[in-house]
Parts: sequence; structure tokens; C-alpha cells
Amino acid sequence: MKRRLEISELVFKVISYTLLTVFAITCLYPFIYTISASISGREAVEYNRLVLLPKDIQFDAFSAMFNNNMFWNSYTNTLFLTFYGTIWELGLSVLGAYALSKKRLLFRKGFNFFLVFTMWFSAGMVPQYLNYINTKKVFNAIGIMDDKWLVVIAMGMAAMNIILLRNSFESVPSEIEEAAIVDGATEMQVLWRVYLPMSKSIIATVALFFGISRWNGYFWARQMIQNQNEHPLMVFIRLKLEQYTDAEFTAGWSETYATDSIIYALIICSIVPILIIYPFIQKYFAKGVNAGGVKG
Amino acid sequence: MQANCSDYLIFDAENGVYVENPEQVVRDDVEKHHWLNVVRTVAKDWRLYLMLVPMIIVFLFWRYFPMYELLGCFKVTDEVKPVSDQFYSGFSYFNTLLFGGSNAGLSADFWRAFRNTFLLSFYGLCFGFPMPIIIALFFNEVRSNVARSIYQVVTYLPKFMSTVVMTSLVMMLVKQGSQTSGMGILSQFLVAIGAVDEQTAFAGLMNNPSFFRGIYQISGIWETAGYDSIVFFAAIIAIAPTRYEAAQIDGAGKMAQMRYVVLPSILSTIVIMLITKIGSLLNIGYEKVLLLYNPNTYQTADVVSTFSLRNGVEGTMKGLASAAEMMNNVIGMLLVIGANTIARKASNTSLY
Repeated sequence: MKRRLEISELVFKVISYTLLTVFAITCLYPFIYTISASISGREAVEYNRLVLLPKDIQFDAFSAMFNNNMFWNSYTNTLFLTFYGTIWELGLSVLGAYALSKKRLLFRKGFNFFLVFTMWFSAGMVPQYLNYINTKKVFNAIGIMDDKWLVVIAMGMAAMNIILLRNSFESVPSEIEEAAIVDGATEMQVLWRVYLPMSKSIIATVALFFGISRWNGYFWARQMIQNQNEHPLMVFIRLKLEQYTDAEFTAGWSETYATDSIIYALIICSIVPILIIYPFIQKYFAKGVNAGGVKG
Repeated sequence: MQANCSDYLIFDAENGVYVENPEQVVRDDVEKHHWLNVVRTVAKDWRLYLMLVPMIIVFLFWRYFPMYELLGCFKVTDEVKPVSDQFYSGFSYFNTLLFGGSNAGLSADFWRAFRNTFLLSFYGLCFGFPMPIIIALFFNEVRSNVARSIYQVVTYLPKFMSTVVMTSLVMMLVKQGSQTSGMGILSQFLVAIGAVDEQTAFAGLMNNPSFFRGIYQISGIWETAGYDSIVFFAAIIAIAPTRYEAAQIDGAGKMAQMRYVVLPSILSTIVIMLITKIGSLLNIGYEKVLLLYNPNTYQTADVVSTFSLRNGVEGTMKGLASAAEMMNNVIGMLLVIGANTIARKASNTSLY
């Protein structure tokens, strides 16, 4: 049965499309503007002749940045923090969540409360800072002088993600596990051969959450890492921006690019890796939100 | 002690059935938690318990030890000494923060920070909360899957930018003008449509306390509205098409369908999300404020975390800063627990 479109429906549809388009443009515009501003000529950027598309195209801002050793340093540091941080966090979370998902675990309620309490109450920034100072001393005493390892080991660990994994493990039917045990599988083999393959998508989701938050991490990396050569990219960008806004820092007169272009180019370099993997991971994020949104 | 099966069931003569013996259940429970049995069970299953160890160590070291550091708020010296070597001074820091005492300016700053924390969250709740719902309703109107995916991909995008990148973009878009360069493109736009007068925009909107809250909320909506709509959209597409058809046959227009079909179906999701938001009313992300504010905008931008950061980490008043965070976080925790209790009562789903 074909039904004629009611006036109210039509109006609502038009409004939806219009506002969605406006919102989508608002989301996209800053990125396009960033790209344009990073490759536009000095005058066009400084006197704001730029609206959407680049003018007087130059790539000197990018090449100046690529010639900066500090930039490559910070990029490597970010890759380091993201790689080891994600592995460390995921490993701990999977092992912990697996143990917590077992009904036979003694004091299971107690362990769960131990996790969940950190979601209710956090000590706050200053005590955490003092605690990091103390643990840094411990790390130095046992011979780990590189602050990056402290950031890798101590940051993150969101209880919410562990609970997400635990719920997913709990939903694996116990018959499969029993079958594996009858076949002589050890605890590790059960986890590796049964549980991990059966909760692939949730593990991918959680790993992506970890990876993105490590890539984007800023505050504690800045507080904890003293050595400038070990700063990750986000700290590098921020320091550049501060230098620029505080001291009215300008590029030399001979340069063909505006100072802003350097910042814009940095921003682009920091988001390109995310943009590349983004289309592939988008569906996982939706899944993660729906799994973690209501129950927990 | 070996229990045999007759211990578990007792005959209820009144109803003529066997029922579970509560005493034996208790006895079992006691036996299970007897230390020798605990050791035996753990030893038998040691691999499982070993798996928990790294997680527990990390949480203990970097989640629970800071709570011990927090005791610094009751102790007297502010020197960099281990908390264990200091002695208790009671509530003097709390007294200073709440009532002024020896340092009235500090107390005023704390109250300002507390008010700002609450207001930023509260405005976020008022303006930021409805947006994802509205966007989810709009998504539902887009019938073509391709078009909808494009809208979704684009609107989720800002969520994945780091706070540093997002705030840098905001600051560049509304930056102040100078002799050598003009003001940011967004400032120009706002001047052109007459929302801001030119002098204010030229001085930099980020330096003006009266614009901070607006910029904070709008950038927040820009960042999260698309992504947060996922959960509402999932609730909306779960509605069976037959319910719309039934409503149409009964002569319901679009508004009536919204009112009587969509709204009741997503109400439970809305309530749960709302309660979660209320629960985290005081747990405002300090990173974004820290990156956006500057001394010119402390008046509206300074929140409790940044207040503590300035006094405790950058300054020397660690105990006092801990006390400020202690108050904020205890109230925050009460809100979370309260919200969770309400959620459990309202929908039989506990959030945690």
C-alpha cells in the first residue's frame, strides 16, 4: 500500500536534511580550513584572504617542519607510547577480565568492587601527581630512567573497558570451554584459543579505545616527561602553540609561510594517522558504545 | 567436614515439600572461606589468580596509592615530605577553603572554581544533552544508507581528535588580531553577522571571560554530539516499523508519531544517559579547561581541578589543593552513587 507523504512528514524531512547538512559542514569545515591554511601563502593567511580553498600554494611550512628534528623525535615518541601503551593495557585488561569473568573465582565480588570503586572515586590531580613523583623515584631506583616507560605503565587502565571485556567473556557459552578442557587445554590455551577468537570484535573495539587515547594523551605526558627530546607529539604541538601565542613569535621576514601555517601543518600531521584508519574502525566504535552504554 | 546430601534439603512438613536448608548454605559458605580452603582453592587454580596480579598491581599503585596521598589534605606541612612523616592537623585546610580564615582571597578563588565547575557541567547538561537525541532523530529521517553513513562518518569525526588538537583549532579560529595578522576566521564570521563587535573580536575572544562558557559549550557540542547520538540512534532503529504503521493508520502525523511512538521507545535510554550525566556533574574534564583558559578568563573558566593544579602542582600548597579536590570528588562520588541507585530503581539496570 503506497501512502501519500503527509505535509508534516515532508517538512520534518526537509528540516532534518538541512540541519544535518549544516552540522556536517560545521564538523568538516575546520579540517578543510586547516589543510588550506597550512599550504597557503604567507599574505593570504596573515591577512585572512582565505575562506575555503588555499591561495598561493606553498609547501614550505611542511618542509620546514619535516626538517625539524624535534618533530620527528616527538612523532617517534608518540608511536612508542601508543604501541607499547596499547599492548600493555590490552594485555592486562584481557587477563584481568578473563579471571574476573570466571564464576569460580574466589572473592569475585571483592575484586569487582576494587575495580568499580575507581570509577566512583578518583583521588584527583594533585595526589596523583605526588604519587607519580614517588613512583618515578621507584622506577629510577630499579634502573628505568626513561620517563616514557612510566607513562606507558602507569597511565590509562580504565575500569570501564575491563568491565566491557569481562561482560563479553561472560557471554561465551561455558560448554565450549568445558569441551576444550576435556580435550586437555590449559587455562592459557582456553583463553587464547576459545575466548579471544569468540570476542574478537569487542577486543578490537577496546584496543582501539586504548590506542586512540594513548595517541591523544597529553596532560600526564607533559607533567611526567621532563626531557624535551622525549615529549610526544601532542605536547610538542601545544608547546609550539604556547610559544606562538605568548611571545608574539613570528617567522622570519624572508619566510614564505605564516607562523600559523606551521601550527596548522602540525595539526594535520597529528591527525593523518587517525584519518587513515578511521574509515575502517568506525563501525567498531559504534559497537563499543552500544555494548558499554547501558549495562556494565 | 563432609556434608551429605540430606543436609542440603529439609522436609517442610507444612507444605509437604523438600526445601533448601539455609543453615547448610551458611555452613558451606563459612567452609568455603575458611583460610585453609581458600589457600587450597587458590593453589589448585593458581593460573587464574596469577592473571589478576598485574591488573591489581597497576590499580593499587596508580589508583589506590593516590588515595593515600590524598590524606595530605588533613596534614599540616606543605613541604615535599612523604605523607607518612607529616602529622595530622584536622580540617584546617577545609576551613581555609570554605570560610576564608587566614586567606580570604584563596577561599574566594575556591568558591569561584567550585561555581564554575558546577556551571560548566550544568550548562553542558542543558545544551549538550539534547543535541545527540535531536541528531539521532534526524539520522532516522535519512532513508538512504549511503547518505546516512556519510553523515555519520563526518559527524563522528571530531570526537577522535585529541583535546590538544581541538583546542588548538579553536584558539586559531578565534585568535586575536595584531598589526601583522588579522583575527581568526571564526571571529571574522561572527563580526560579519553582527554577533560580536569588532573591537572585542580583535582583542581575542579567548581573552574575554564572557565568551569562555559559550566557546566551551559550543566546542563541546561540536566534538561529541555526533558520536553521542550513536546510542540514541541504536534505540530508535530498534523500533519495529509496524508501530509507525499502526500509528499512521490511526491518523498520526509526524509530530504525533514522535510523541507517541519514538519518545516512549527511547525514554529509558534517555533516562539512563541523563542519570549518568548527572552523576558525573562534578567530574569535569580538566584537560580541556586547562588548554583553553588563561589568566584573563579565570573569572569564568577556573575549575576546581585547575585551581588545585595551580596551587598544588605549580604552587606549593599541596595539602590545600588536595583538600579542594577531596571535597569536589567526594560530592562527585555521592552524585554517582545516588544516580546509580536511581537508575537501578527506575529501570532495573545498574550502570556499574
